Amino acid sequence: MSAVLRSPHLPARSAPAGSWRRSWQRLRRRRGALAGLVVVLAFVVLAVFAPWLAPQDPIATNWGALRQAPSAAHWFGTDEIGRDVFSRVVWGTRASLLAGVASVSISLLFGVPIGLAAGFLGGVVDALISRLTDAFLACPFLILAIALAAFLGPSLTNAMIAIGVSATPVFVRLTRAAVLGVKVEDYIEAARAVGNPPLRIALRHVLPNIAAPLIVQATLAIAAAVIAEASLSFLGLGQQPPAPSWGSMLNSAKNYVDNAPWMAIWPGLAIFGLVLSFNLLGDGLRDALDPRQR
Amino acid sequence: MFEFLAKRLATIVPTLVFVSMLIFGLQQLLPGDPAKILAGEEQDPTVIAYLHRKLHLDEPLPLRYAYWIGGVFKGDLGDSVRTQQPVLQLIAQKLPVTLELALLAMAIALAIGIPAGIVSAAGRGTVWDAAANAFALWGLSTPNFWLGILMILLFSVQLGWLPASGYVSPFEDLVANLAAMIMPAFVLGNAIAAVLMRHTRSAMLQVLSADYVRTARAKGLNERTVVLKHALRNALMPIITLGALELGALLSGAVLTEQVFTIPGFGKLIVDSVFNRDYSVVQGVVLVTATAYITLNLLADLAYFAVSPRLRH
Repeated sequence: MSAVLRSPHLPARSAPAGSWRRSWQRLRRRRGALAGLVVVLAFVVLAVFAPWLAPQDPIATNWGALRQAPSAAHWFGTDEIGRDVFSRVVWGTRASLLAGVASVSISLLFGVPIGLAAGFLGGVVDALISRLTDAFLACPFLILAIALAAFLGPSLTNAMIAIGVSATPVFVRLTRAAVLGVKVEDYIEAARAVGNPPLRIALRHVLPNIAAPLIVQATLAIAAAVIAEASLSFLGLGQQPPAPSWGSMLNSAKNYVDNAPWMAIWPGLAIFGLVLSFNLLGDGLRDALDPRQR
Repeated sequence: MFEFLAKRLATIVPTLVFVSMLIFGLQQLLPGDPAKILAGEEQDPTVIAYLHRKLHLDEPLPLRYAYWIGGVFKGDLGDSVRTQQPVLQLIAQKLPVTLELALLAMAIALAIGIPAGIVSAAGRGTVWDAAANAFALWGLSTPNFWLGILMILLFSVQLGWLPASGYVSPFEDLVANLAAMIMPAFVLGNAIAAVLMRHTRSAMLQVLSADYVRTARAKGLNERTVVLKHALRNALMPIITLGALELGALLSGAVLTEQVFTIPGFGKLIVDSVFNRDYSVVQGVVLVTATAYITLNLLADLAYFAVSPRLRH
């Protein structure tokens, strides 16, 4: 920690490449973050190679094997219509990872430019954007996502849009605050003095210098988005049956807690594992990339 | 003081206007004619025509917003398509249930989060700190509907100690009410406790390195007095202000918790309305939660302002 505090951030500004390498070295020293990274990568492998890794068809029903306890044939047991829980958990990784990454991409895609505009232009634009952001933030995240998903219609794509839009204001606010901090620095003044147009200053000089807090926030936001997708699917507003998703698996599992608890344990554990890994990675990245936030 | 109040209120008005526009705008997301969707499966042309007139669907958008917001000011959030009840009345019926759940959850969160944060900051770098941090990470990473299912599995199915569902009004039978509410309240409080623990930890760490704490230690006061009397008192206010921001998380979490434990509250109302395509109820619920959130934040700000002399000048 003391090493982090002592490392001056001035050279980081003039030599970004070196600063990234230093950040990686700092990250590597944090075991929690590294474990998080490894587990996230493992889930990525699971998602990409799901067709080869899942032993059975995730939507094939088997009326001869309803709610069977875990066994050699079905590692995680079977569900209420005889589907293999293990295969569904493996395939469900796709929906969760996709939702996490896609919705945060939506938030970044809208949030960063809007935040840049607010912070960089100031004045009426800033006031307008800030009030609009306040309005979005006043609606509780999941309730706004539920309302959006309800009006858009239930589907995985709409759930991702709903989560992405609901999470956008956080990125607007973060970008704006970071821009305000960076805007007054000498090197921006210098870039302006040399005659760079504002857009070029914003993209070439401001953006790279506010990347660190954005990366940290994006990582933590993926964790939140994975939970949000699972929540929407649990409520029936995300991935539609019979396509496998961890949230919708838990939805049907809650009706069979008394006689088929394995239906609830494994998908939940998968959500927990993925979210925990992203949180660990995000916390580690914060320490490594953005020591001042600590 | 008045200048601060005026400035703070000046930001609230546009925020509320935007919130109302946002919520009104949700309706625009519906594909096709909202009247046809609201009319249900029968698609009775007279019903559709009636809805067109009632919702002013043939008028331009700004005018429709004006009608809607005018109704909101008069306390008219529209009627439920399903039950024909006024939306406000529906919300008023369900709100106390969620409020009880939220208060119990907050009490649990405070009882766990603040002591955990204090212990973790006071014993920075010790096993206690590590344990508290692990707890926070667990709280932030556990989907609360899963935790709810696991608790039902343990306490209702395996041990048979608590009912898995079945809400009872506290005015009918307080013991049965608490028995039904304790698990959901814990589930909901767990995640908030994690956030509070992190806030408490960082606020305490900041305060513990302040000069007056060093002075208190130098005076020879024991560590317990220093931490609990000198440090905590000064760290508490930011914790409470940040805690007020957790209302949103509390309400979001309540939606899922109520679904798992079949509690007939606010969260259940919004989910049921979504599936009944009862859009005016959905809009009403979002509007009420957002307004409550904005009001609570204002109160937290005012409280913060009132107790910190430095800000008053």
